[in-house]
Order: sequence, then structure tokens, then C-alpha cells
Amino acid sequence: MTATLAVEGLKVAIGAANVLRGVSLDVQPGEVRGLVGESGAGKSMLGRAVLGLLPANTSVTAGRIAFEGRDLLAMAEAERRSLLGRRIALIPQDPMTSLNPVKRIGRQIGNLLRHHLGLSKRAALARTTELLAEVAIHDPQRVLALYPHEISGGMRQRVLIAMAFACDPALVIADEPTTALDVTVQRQVLQLVERLRLRHGSAVLFVTHDLGVVAKICRSMTVLHAGRVLEEGETTNVLVRPRHAYTRALLAATPRADRPAEALRPVPPDLIDQLWSEAYRLDQVPAVGAA
Amino acid sequence: MSDILLQTGGLGFGYPQRNGLFGKPTLREVIKGVDLAVPRGSVVGLVGESGSGKTTLGRLLVRLLKPTSGGIQFDGLEIGQLDEAALRPLRARIQMIFQDPQSSLNPRLRLGTTLTRPLGVHGRLKGKRDQRERAAALLSLVGLPSDFAYRYPHELSGGQRQRAGIARALALEPDFIVADEIVSGLDVSTQAHILLLLKELRARLGLTMVFISHDLSVVRVLCDDVAILHHGEVVESGPVARVFGAPQHAYTRQLLAAIPLPDVEPGWLDESSVVSPQQQGSAA
Amino acid sequence: MADIAIASLAAPPSRLLAGLRRGGPRLWIGTVLVALLVLAAIFVPVFAPHDPLEQDLMSAQLPPAWMTGGDHAYLLGTDSLGRCVLSRLTYSARTAVMVALIAATLAALIGVALGLFAGSFGGWVDQSISRLIDVWMAFPPVLLSIVLATVIGAGLTSVIAAIVVIDWTRFARVIRAETMVQLTRDYAAAAQVIGLSRARLLRLEILPNLVPLLVTLLAVEMGIAILVEVILSFVGISVAGDTPTWGSMIAEGRQIVYQAPWIMALPIACIITSVIGLNLFGDGLRLALDPVQRS
Repeated sequence: MTATLAVEGLKVAIGAANVLRGVSLDVQPGEVRGLVGESGAGKSMLGRAVLGLLPANTSVTAGRIAFEGRDLLAMAEAERRSLLGRRIALIPQDPMTSLNPVKRIGRQIGNLLRHHLGLSKRAALARTTELLAEVAIHDPQRVLALYPHEISGGMRQRVLIAMAFACDPALVIADEPTTALDVTVQRQVLQLVERLRLRHGSAVLFVTHDLGVVAKICRSMTVLHAGRVLEEGETTNVLVRPRHAYTRALLAATPRADRPAEALRPVPPDLIDQLWSEAYRLDQVPAVGAA
Repeated sequence: MSDILLQTGGLGFGYPQRNGLFGKPTLREVIKGVDLAVPRGSVVGLVGESGSGKTTLGRLLVRLLKPTSGGIQFDGLEIGQLDEAALRPLRARIQMIFQDPQSSLNPRLRLGTTLTRPLGVHGRLKGKRDQRERAAALLSLVGLPSDFAYRYPHELSGGQRQRAGIARALALEPDFIVADEIVSGLDVSTQAHILLLLKELRARLGLTMVFISHDLSVVRVLCDDVAILHHGEVVESGPVARVFGAPQHAYTRQLLAAIPLPDVEPGWLDESSVVSPQQQGSAA
Repeated sequence: MADIAIASLAAPPSRLLAGLRRGGPRLWIGTVLVALLVLAAIFVPVFAPHDPLEQDLMSAQLPPAWMTGGDHAYLLGTDSLGRCVLSRLTYSARTAVMVALIAATLAALIGVALGLFAGSFGGWVDQSISRLIDVWMAFPPVLLSIVLATVIGAGLTSVIAAIVVIDWTRFARVIRAETMVQLTRDYAAAAQVIGLSRARLLRLEILPNLVPLLVTLLAVEMGIAILVEVILSFVGISVAGDTPTWGSMIAEGRQIVYQAPWIMALPIACIITSVIGLNLFGDGLRLALDPVQRS
């Protein structure tokens, strides 16, 4: 079976500084893969590279990104763009800035449907109402007519999730979608993502810094640090029997509400220093065999 | 000397809100009748989600805001209605650590200046040399090298800035500190360092603290008691082990159940389940 | 500590140098132009080739030295009365610089004080100052300065007074808004928690954060002051008639613009260069002074 997403040896640099140093990972159809890392790990950069939304002066210097077997990097710009929003969708981190503030919710979703699926105005409206109901917005008719600032943060995130799944995408990239939310709302949003991905048959690449979130929603996970994959595997295995010292350290440094504090151990600074110097050493090795 | 350092009775706060053009202004209450007791030498966690009023409550306790009802007793003294001049001597004893050190450290001042300014204000600096030594001592107290005194806040990482924020709050050797969401913007590894630093400082200096957070897991690391805030009211409070182990209020249970622990738990995403059984039993 | 180990490597070698680098070409070009202007103003008596008032009717309306018919004694030619244009231009710079410095500084002092006051007290204090600014700005400035000149009498003082009276509002408005923004930041709350009084809070914490903004405003205001002085001297209500100013040179040059265009063109070029120089200087200095903005 062809993987929905296969990233091989991906290197990304901002100017001369590397942010991804040869990352490989794949997401199988229908799979939810967690991409875990702290700030500076390059996890968001990977998501952006897949979406072709790298910021200015950032470029892919090596590697391959294949979506359903087709190389996204070799693809014509127009073809790639036609995939975005339709076959590959994004749930962004910040629900505040990701919706156009001067357009009503209904119109934003409607435009998306009409653009990608060629629906008529009427059909788009009907489908939009359905989608909002699907993300547990109880009075879709009212919400359709509202502007983004008139609804709560949790509700905005629901709208964005509805938009992401609107065209039955094969792959959804969720970029820290719950980081800005309260825990109770976060749980509802995670439940929602789970339900929708099952219904629409989408695979999800879930980018997050929160091991707890990964544990709950991802079947497999990839641990990223300084632009390198340190560990990869089934979530159950990685969390219960982490092989890499960094994963173990992260787990030990995560405070837990169900245990007294004595268990908390910060990540040893030596380990972080060592990992960074390993990463920098990778930069100095001339690219042998890098495709 | 009583065991309770700080106590609030029926503490309330509201923003004036005008009803229509000619309507009489009324109060939009964000804190409603909060009774809170902070025993000397203890750390009390204040947990709530956005809109719960936890930050407002924190700012009331350090008297950045003036209560609209009820009172605050600090060391036996009623401070709720004191004006700025009467508060000034007390300021040395009540300090605050802010959520976002990016914004709470003056961007145009070197760290050394910021850290020793509290001392200067209260006339506890004896000349330039004393200032340098005090800055170095404060920096080392929070695990920063002394040459950081010459740096500007933007030259520091997030964790270092938060350490500096802690150092400033400690400069006056206060009796009472309010820490408002001080680890929420940090990575897990940095967060653990800051939490353990606070824990160590607490043991060493015998700090009394109110620790405000949206994150129950973080509260568990540091606090003796916890109060759960919901829509401006304390819905449940008590010793951490009791509240986490046997939550009484439905909202507390909902909060606890919503925390994603780093354990694989298949039923957690079922939308029917409100409180998972494992969550309830695990801390007992 | 992990976070320390990473960042301590990146300490900048020299803050002054880093600041100069941040300022970039704007700072360099601006500094050179402003320095030229100020040096010319200070040292005119030393190097001006002629007395700016000395008339030599025999060599009136000479073109600049490099043009046909030019005289090497008059590098930039002479005006209709045979006075040396170069000397008159540089002596004019003196007036311009004096007006710019004094007027802009005074306007800034008044504006900053009122702006800080309004921004930090809020309430009725803010309301009254803001309304005052609104009303003030509704007066036509040229009319106001002409009235002023008539009341005080023409001369350098009345030019400066006119600029200060009109332009303090520029500073007051911007400083008021920025003070309000700065006061919402947590460092202001932190200063209150350590027990700083309001006056010291403004002076020790807020004011340093207004410096980059203030520098830009000052530079721009100096440019404006030069322009206002030019306008007033053009219409003849500035300094006494025999003191050379760019404005009066333009006024004189206007009458013989077809016979001797350089007499009008040269002071205009001086004005444009000075104003651009000041703006670049202000912009560059703001970047140099503000390490935070870039990160």
C-alpha cells in the first residue's frame, strides 16, 4: 500500500542555518501520526514544507516529500496548489488569525467548497450547514451569519476543523491545533478530530509539543529534536518503553496531575547540549548519498 | 503571629459597565465572593480556565487592582482599600512574578538595573558596588551567570527571562509572592527546570506563594493546597492530594478528566465519557 | 542549565557596533548630511569666501564657476545685487539650524510633558488635554504664525515661537498614545508592584521606551521647522531683512528665475537635502537605538 505521506531525508534551511537535518517519516492511509518536539525542533517547519508554505528565505535543500506516491517537490506549482485544501488540508495553530476577520463564517466555508468541489451557491450553503452540524455546532444557521470575532476560540477551532475536513482530504496536517485552548475545550476538539478523521477516512499528521495529546490521539509517533528524528514507533511502545534518552527525559520532565511531584526530573542540560552538538556535526558532514 | 499570612473574605471585583447611553453604570463582576486563606510557608495553587478570573484575582492579591467588595487581610492588616501611598511600605513584602517575562521585563533596561530597582526604590542600595554585588547574588540565586546583569531581556531565552522575573520578585525578600502562569509559555524541559527552581527556593527561603495556573499537572508539582476557580468563584478547595484524589465538585472532575496524561488510554476520545474511571482512581 | 548553555554563546561583541550596524545606510547618509549642515552653520565665518551682505554690482548675476561666464571668486555665482550665493547659503544654514534645534526641542518638551501627563493619568486629565489638542489642530497654522509674528513682531523669536506653539501637538498626540500602550505592558505593573511612584514609573521605566520614537519625531520636527522658517522668511515675516535665509533667497531668486535660475534653485536644493538628511538621520538613529524592534 502506498503511504499517504512519505518524507525521505528532508533537509530544510533558513538562509544558511539548517532547521531540518534529514528527516524521514511516513503516514499510512487512515493513520494518525504524532510529530512531537519542543520549540526549535523543526516540527512546524516539516508541516509547512509538506504544505509548500515555507516562509521566505527558507528552502528545501535535500530530500523528497511524496504524497500518495507523487513527489510534491517535483510537481508543478499549479498542480500542487490544486491539492491543497482539497487532498491535503491544514488545521492551523491559531484559530484567531486563521479566519478572515471581515468575512462571515458561512461565506468562508462556502467559498472553499465552491472553489474545490465546484458546488453551486445553494449546494455549498447546504453542505456548509451540514459541516457545522458535524463539528457539533448546534445552531449552524446562526453561526453561518456571524463574523469570526463573534464566536469563542473553541468554536473558531471547530469551524477550522470543519473547513479542513470539508473536501474529504487524504491527509490533514494539524499544527498544534489545541495549544491555545483550555483543557476541557482541548478534549472536545481532540474528540472531534478523531470522529471526523474516522468519518472522512483521512490520515492525520498531528504536530504537537504535548506528549499527553499524542498519547490520546496518535497511533504512532515521531520524536523530533534539532531537526532530527530521535525516535519513531507505535505510541504505546514509545511511551511505555522509550528507547532514546531524550524521549525518556521528556517523559520524566512532564508534570503529571495523577502523581505527586517527586517523580518530576528536568531534562539534563548535558543531554540537550550533546544532542545539539550531534546535530551541528551533521551539518559539517558533506552530504554523501543525499538525494 | 497567626498561621494565616493572607486571607480574603468575600472578595469581589467588577468592571464598571455602562448600560446604554444614559443608563446607570453597573459592575460586571469577574470575581465573586472569594474566600481564600494562604497559610504562612505554604503554596496555594489557583486553577482555572480562561475567563475564570484567576489573573484578576492574582492582581487583587498584590493590590494592582482594588477590590469592589470584601477584604484582603495581609499579616493581620486589612489592605483591600489602602491607597497607593499607604501601600508603598507593604509593596516590599508582597511581590508578583508575571506570566510573560517578555513583557514584564523592561526591554530597554539591562537586567542588572531591573533586578536591583526594587532595592533602590526601598532605599536598600548602598552605592554602585553594592548594586553590582546584589545583582550578581540575585542572578546566582536563580541559576544565571553574573554577567547577565549587563544583558537586555531580548538577549535571553524564554526560560532565562522567567528566571530573571523570579529574581526580581525575590530581590526584596518578600513574605508573599503571587506567581501568575509563570511556566505556561515554556517548553516542557525548561518548565521542569523553573518548577524545580521554585520548589528549591521555596524550601530554602520559606516562601509563601499563590501559584496561578491553568494546568493542574503543574500545580501538583508545587502546591500544598489548591483552589479551583470557575466563573469568578472558588468551586472547590483543599489539600492537593485530596482535591486531585477525590474531587467533590463536578467541574473539578471535568477538569481532571480533560488533562491528557501521557498514557495511552483508548476510551479517552469517546465523546460519551465525561470522567474516566482511571483518572478518578489513580491518585488514591 | 540547558537554556543558559545555548544562549551564552551568542553574546554580541559590542553593542555600539551592533547599533551602528542596525542603523544601516540610513544612519550613515543621514549623519553625513546633518553633520555637513551643522558644521556649515557653526563654522561659516571661518570659511565663507565673502561677507554675505557685501554687494558687488559690477559682478551681479554671475553664474556658478563651472558655467560659461562664471568667476572663480564666486563659486556658486552671485545674486542680482552681486552678493556671493555660496556665502549667503551657508549663513542661511545658520538661521535654519538654530530655528530647527531650538524650536523642535521646545515643542518636544511641551508635547512630551503633556503627552505623558494625558497618557498616564487618563480620565478627565486625558480628556481635557486631548480636546485641547483637537481644538489646537483645527487652527490654520500659517494664519496662527502670521498673527503671532504681528503680535510679537518679526524676528527669530517669533519664528521659533510660532513653530513651538503650533507643533507641540505632534509630540503630545504620539507620546500620549505610546505611553498608554507602554503602561499596559507587564513591566509597568511590575514597577508598580515594587512600589515605584507614578512620577518615577514614568521617568525610569516608560521614558526609556519612548526614546526611539522621540528621536524620530525630533528629527522630523527639525525638518518641519526648517520648512516653516523658509515659508515665513519667503513671505518676509521672519528675521530682519538683511540676514540671509533660504526663504528670502528663494523670494529674491523668483523675480529673476529666467535670467539666473540657479539663484532660486540652489537654496531649494539646500532645503531638500537638509530635510531628507534629518529624516534619514532620525530613522537610522531609531533603528540603532532600538535593539528590540528587530528581534
